[in-house]
Amino acid sequence: MRVTVDPNLCQAYGNCVLAAPDFFALDDSSPIVRVIEAEPPESRRAEVEEAVQSCPVEALTLIET
Amino acid sequence: MQVRRIVIVGASLAGLRAAEGLRRAGFDGELVLVGEETHQPYDRPPLSKAFMRGLPDGTSLELRQSDALAAEWMLGRRAVHLDRQGKRIELSDGSRVPYDGLVIATGSAARTLPEIPTGAAGVHLLRTLDDAVALRRELSGSPRLAVVGGGFIGSELASTCRDLGLDTTVITPLPLLAGPLGPLAEAATARARDHGVHVIEAAVVGADVGDRISGVRLDNGVTVAADVVVVAVGAVAQTGWLQGSGVQLSNGVVCDDTLAVLGLPDAVAAGDVVRWPHPAAGGALLRIEHWTNAAEQATAAAKRLLLGPGAAFAPVPSFWSDQFGIRIQGVGLTALADEAIVVDGDPAGDSFVAEYRSAGRLVGAVVGGAAGSVTALLPYRRELSRLLRAAATS
Repeated sequence: MRVTVDPNLCQAYGNCVLAAPDFFALDDSSPIVRVIEAEPPESRRAEVEEAVQSCPVEALTLIET
Repeated sequence: MQVRRIVIVGASLAGLRAAEGLRRAGFDGELVLVGEETHQPYDRPPLSKAFMRGLPDGTSLELRQSDALAAEWMLGRRAVHLDRQGKRIELSDGSRVPYDGLVIATGSAARTLPEIPTGAAGVHLLRTLDDAVALRRELSGSPRLAVVGGGFIGSELASTCRDLGLDTTVITPLPLLAGPLGPLAEAATARARDHGVHVIEAAVVGADVGDRISGVRLDNGVTVAADVVVVAVGAVAQTGWLQGSGVQLSNGVVCDDTLAVLGLPDAVAAGDVVRWPHPAAGGALLRIEHWTNAAEQATAAAKRLLLGPGAAFAPVPSFWSDQFGIRIQGVGLTALADEAIVVDGDPAGDSFVAEYRSAGRLVGAVVGGAAGSVTALLPYRRELSRLLRAAATS
């Protein structure tokens, strides 16, 4: 699976960071979320899915690879 | 249970996410969504904010839907009765919908006040897209606005209406956001006042209504003159259609800790309508109206329905609210706290971090500030998760 953030939609709510801090981050230098690991391992699917679904503005997309 | 046909009653965030969760978990049978509103599932949080300001052209409130959903939509119809023996739902248009598996996601409806006639011209609720369209139409005439209620919706709407330049009064017996912010709610009231909102701490005792509403009478003897009055005094779980069905109802649909509905086989529930025991509240029944809860709970409920009982649903709740120039975000159950400790900044100012504790134990944390401030909540969420795991195994 691969996860992407749409920079035009992200408003830095950071729900994804709360749900899956190993895979998403908010840096002081950027107004949008950074994807730390674009292709998370299958073993971490639950938290990545939760992160994607927790985005209030649907800025995250999970693509099956 | 041979599940060939799952009916989801409720077609908002929880209903949609339950449908997606079922498909992701491998359900390939018939999937039916019943919704009282005529709209496809849409996002409610913007109704008190961006939608009132006017959405940019081309933006839609409709929630993203997976192409693989393959659902049958029965919209514009309300569930009115559940036949538990026949495993059928009766709808407001007289049709009957059979199910093998059921997801109850009927959400909540705006509470009304007996003192303010909801049918009078100029009186509005703010729960649905249709509510929001009707209110927005009236706001364009630069009315004097009175918002009754100081929760998330009342407070956000007041903020938006100040941005729009309207004369805005909030009437609330408690300080703003008293539920989620507890001891720091006075600071939220102060911030609203700084932004030019008249906040009046009083209870409503009546309304002046002629051709339309013209004022709200308060228990302190004051009458607030207003052209438009929005009643935003919370929400009640939509369970009327389940009366007499055997489903256990108590300020919501009572579920076990895996979201299975008590008193009804082959049924789960998700979203605002659910009351379920949460270990962070010592196993007490909670009903949580946050967006994030509906989204998470629906996914868990879908798995529970298809795969049977697994782990208890025991998330760290979280919420956000954009208002008066800052974003307020929280984790945990701040309403359980008996003290709030400001560890950084000023809760009435532009940024702050506060810990919420009950008998000294961490129960939640709240941050206020610019977008991105949420990272200050990370250590608290981690600690709350750890406490939850400990509570679950003890």
